[in-house]
Amino acid sequence: MTFLAMFLLVWAGSLVAGFLGALTGLGGGVVVVPLLALVLRVDLRYAVGASLLSVIATSSGAAAAYVRDGMSNIRVAMFLEIATTLGAIGGAALAAHVATGLVAVVFGLVLLGAAFMSLRRPPDPHEPDRPADPIARALKLDGSYPAKNGPVAYKVRHVPAGFGLMAVAGGLSGLLGIGSGALKVIAMDDVMRLPFKASSTTSNFMIGVTAAASAGVYLARGYLDPFIAAPVVLGVLPGALTGARLLPRMRSRVLRLIFAGVITVLAIEMLYQGATGRL
Amino acid sequence: MRAWTDERMERFIGGLLRAGVLVSVALVFLGALVSLLRHGGERQNFELFRGEPEALRGMAGIVTGAFALRGRSLIQLGLLVLVATPVARVAFSVLAFFLEDDKIYVVVTLVVLAILLASLFGIRP
Repeated sequence: MTFLAMFLLVWAGSLVAGFLGALTGLGGGVVVVPLLALVLRVDLRYAVGASLLSVIATSSGAAAAYVRDGMSNIRVAMFLEIATTLGAIGGAALAAHVATGLVAVVFGLVLLGAAFMSLRRPPDPHEPDRPADPIARALKLDGSYPAKNGPVAYKVRHVPAGFGLMAVAGGLSGLLGIGSGALKVIAMDDVMRLPFKASSTTSNFMIGVTAAASAGVYLARGYLDPFIAAPVVLGVLPGALTGARLLPRMRSRVLRLIFAGVITVLAIEMLYQGATGRL
Repeated sequence: MRAWTDERMERFIGGLLRAGVLVSVALVFLGALVSLLRHGGERQNFELFRGEPEALRGMAGIVTGAFALRGRSLIQLGLLVLVATPVARVAFSVLAFFLEDDKIYVVVTLVVLAILLASLFGIRP
């Protein structure tokens, strides 16, 4: 295949991946990496490196939009970023030392988890008061978000468990080149009990910082190929921004079902090819 | 007062990030254009993992190549700008928490910044 043909294929695929990733809230990485590795037979390390960069582009590009509505909790994000960045560097370092087949198997398992997560119901937005977490109080993590009838206050719980899960999310991000959105949502929604709106925007804030931590490792190791990364970044970014704009008008239930199906197929393919040593 | 400072700072940071992404995309696009014009018809093999040459791994090599208008170096410079955007966000958050006199979060944010810089400037685990 000529360089031009490859460039255009990767670009078009990344555009679709960014679009679908934004519509379903899972991020473009879960589609970009399998697309590059399975369909276009790009080495998995190049695929992961390029995907990490698209994660940063999407996070930074969407930041201005998210900031305006005042939903994200900067203190929660900063505190948890200690865990995600350390995890990310660990994951990126691990990527250099394990066989790509094993990385593919882990990727397949994470994809299955993400497909499952995308089908579950959103958790209850608000819970009646329970005893607050003293750590959350000491770290001033409790916050509020704007609503129709004035700001709604919320308390943050189970800080140590959330912090631990975030380290795992960072590790997977560094190893697999994804935003780890699904795991971040589990940590913030289910464990720390942040309201859904606060946790999803806070997660977007964190994803770029987490990916930047592992991107440094990928760059220095020579895993960032400009010819692969360029079409991925130029494709995922406009795809994701368009998807985010269309999101409020889409019927997300049907979309999630389709996307979960696609992801499951990709997961099985990654597991198979990883386990048989073809990746 | 606190909410006001947070919001204003965040708005500023949001604009800064968008500008960073635009500069990055422009550099990547330009680099891709140069590369495609020069090598678009050649065959490329990305199945074989070689690792990038030294000139595309470090900042000094990338900047030198970009000034020589090498397509690959221009793309790589754009990617470096992209990686720098979240780092700038964290750096400005240090300033924001300092202005709010929030000592705990000045320290928390400095720790995150230190981890990021250690990763980018080559302290390898």
